[in-house]
Amino acid sequence: MSGTNQITAGFMPLLDSAVLVIAKEMGFAEAEGIDLTLVRETSWANIRDRLAVGHFQIAHVLAPMPIACNLGLTPLAVPTIVPMALGLGGNAVTVSNALWDVMSAHGAKAGFDPAKSGGALKEAVEERAAKGKPPLRFAVVHPYSGHNYELRYWLAACGIDPSRDIEIIIVPPPLMVDALMSGTIDGYCVGEPWNTAAALLGKGHIVTVKSEIWRSSPEKVLGVSAHWADGNSDQLFALLRALCKSAEWCGKAANREQLAGILAAKAYVAQPTAWMLPALRDELPTGPDSARAVANFFTPFANAATFPWKSHALWFYSQMVRWGQVQHNAENARIARETYRPDIYRAALKPFGIALPVANAKVEGALTAATPVGSAGASLVLGPDGFFDGGLFDPDKLDAYIDSQKS
Amino acid sequence: MQAGPNPLSILLIDENRLRASVIEAGLREGGYANLTIVHDVVGIARRIEEVQPDVIVIDLGNPNRDMLENMFQLSRAVKRPIAMFVDRSDSASIAAAVDAGVSAYVVDGLKQERVKPILDMAISRFNAFSRMARELEEARSELENRKLIDRAKGILMSTRGLSEQQAYALLRKTAMNQNRKLSEIAESLITAAGLLAPPDEES
Repeated sequence: MSGTNQITAGFMPLLDSAVLVIAKEMGFAEAEGIDLTLVRETSWANIRDRLAVGHFQIAHVLAPMPIACNLGLTPLAVPTIVPMALGLGGNAVTVSNALWDVMSAHGAKAGFDPAKSGGALKEAVEERAAKGKPPLRFAVVHPYSGHNYELRYWLAACGIDPSRDIEIIIVPPPLMVDALMSGTIDGYCVGEPWNTAAALLGKGHIVTVKSEIWRSSPEKVLGVSAHWADGNSDQLFALLRALCKSAEWCGKAANREQLAGILAAKAYVAQPTAWMLPALRDELPTGPDSARAVANFFTPFANAATFPWKSHALWFYSQMVRWGQVQHNAENARIARETYRPDIYRAALKPFGIALPVANAKVEGALTAATPVGSAGASLVLGPDGFFDGGLFDPDKLDAYIDSQKS
Repeated sequence: MQAGPNPLSILLIDENRLRASVIEAGLREGGYANLTIVHDVVGIARRIEEVQPDVIVIDLGNPNRDMLENMFQLSRAVKRPIAMFVDRSDSASIAAAVDAGVSAYVVDGLKQERVKPILDMAISRFNAFSRMARELEEARSELENRKLIDRAKGILMSTRGLSEQQAYALLRKTAMNQNRKLSEIAESLITAAGLLAPPDEES
């Protein structure tokens, strides 16, 4: 092999850092000859900067971040590719107890149905406006995040204009619960364990989940320095094999307790094991002592959860356009599409009998139930996918989709 | 170093008050009198509007960088700061800043040569502060270790009737045999002695 086997990865202390953490802790990286070092970070900006200066070769990043980076929307943008996703789902929307009381008065019930809770929220928003109160304030973790786009998609589909009827600000994940308690914000969309934490502490109510708003949607992906990937393809392939085995391990029910324990450790998420377990069991607390099952809440491996679909990249791009972060043109769409690299994923994993989709993109929303699909090498089940409001995203009809979302 | 006072407005955001004062002193010595220090990012948007900084210096340990960057993007009331890294020509200085754990945002259009001395000062003070903190930590643990070894020696002297020199030699030999630090052996011995002591001798 040319190049070096030493790979340093940046990660944020969140549940969905699991695939990277387990690749190291359970020896999957080592078995592939990779000397993997994990560095815990405090902001996505730090991860981006340290990828740029070469401290990190790879990182746990928000799925839209590398697209924003390649479009030149962020400072210190260096070419970054996405040869693998790090799981599907995992986020939720939590509101303060005060807002929950108002939503309950408007018919919200315990449960995570986006249409029902969104309907109650719309009434709460209208009631505030009628009383002349300032708009509700919600927080997300980053402007170029799945959280921001799924929150906005949900609100807009429920008749709440996220740019006018509500204020959306940025708060780092570990500070979300405090911000909710202090009344700085009325709700947030964040990854785990920060929804479970608020519900178990009795400080907030989970009202809906990413896996219902956009089913089978990616959250974190593996961001790789394009420059490093160019000179180290053997190492990158070995890493992808290791991460794939790690994802498979993370997805096994029998490993949940151990996974929760490892993630809870000081070096990783550094939060109680009890905060990790609900999401890993596909259930979320509805209060300190009650919980509800959420199908496919967090999927690290099944349903091609690590495949970097170009349709995912293009949907994120369509939302960047929708919310005025970037101008739509053919060149920008091409940059977004080419950020995700299913070709690399396939080249690295095909020789190992892993179930691989034959297409690079799919119509998001075409599968309403779990469906066996044609795949190379092994059997593969995809879906259900798509959006809670029945919307379809056909990546071949990007222009029409963008036009349809213009307000 | 600048001779007269420099008109550039600088905002330093650092939760570590000690480090902030070290950097502040450096910048003031360098002639940067128009300096605002903030320890807490609560209400930062208003402060930025008031101060209208040309340069914002922030430590990389601050989890609020994402919030700040978003604010810079959206803000219409203030001059729009962008990251120091906008001029990629000085990549060595970028790497040095990230290594030191500091980042800076500079308003659009400000010339690199006006910003560089500020960044260089911040980098050198951040590095000096880290070195100082490391040395302090080393001194503290050195003192702790010495205390542990003294206590372990005392236990060996009283329980096995050894001289101080013999007790020390035994500890060292054990550490070498087990390939562990002297202080670790001392700690184990103290713990074991505590567990084995009769109840009335417990402290």
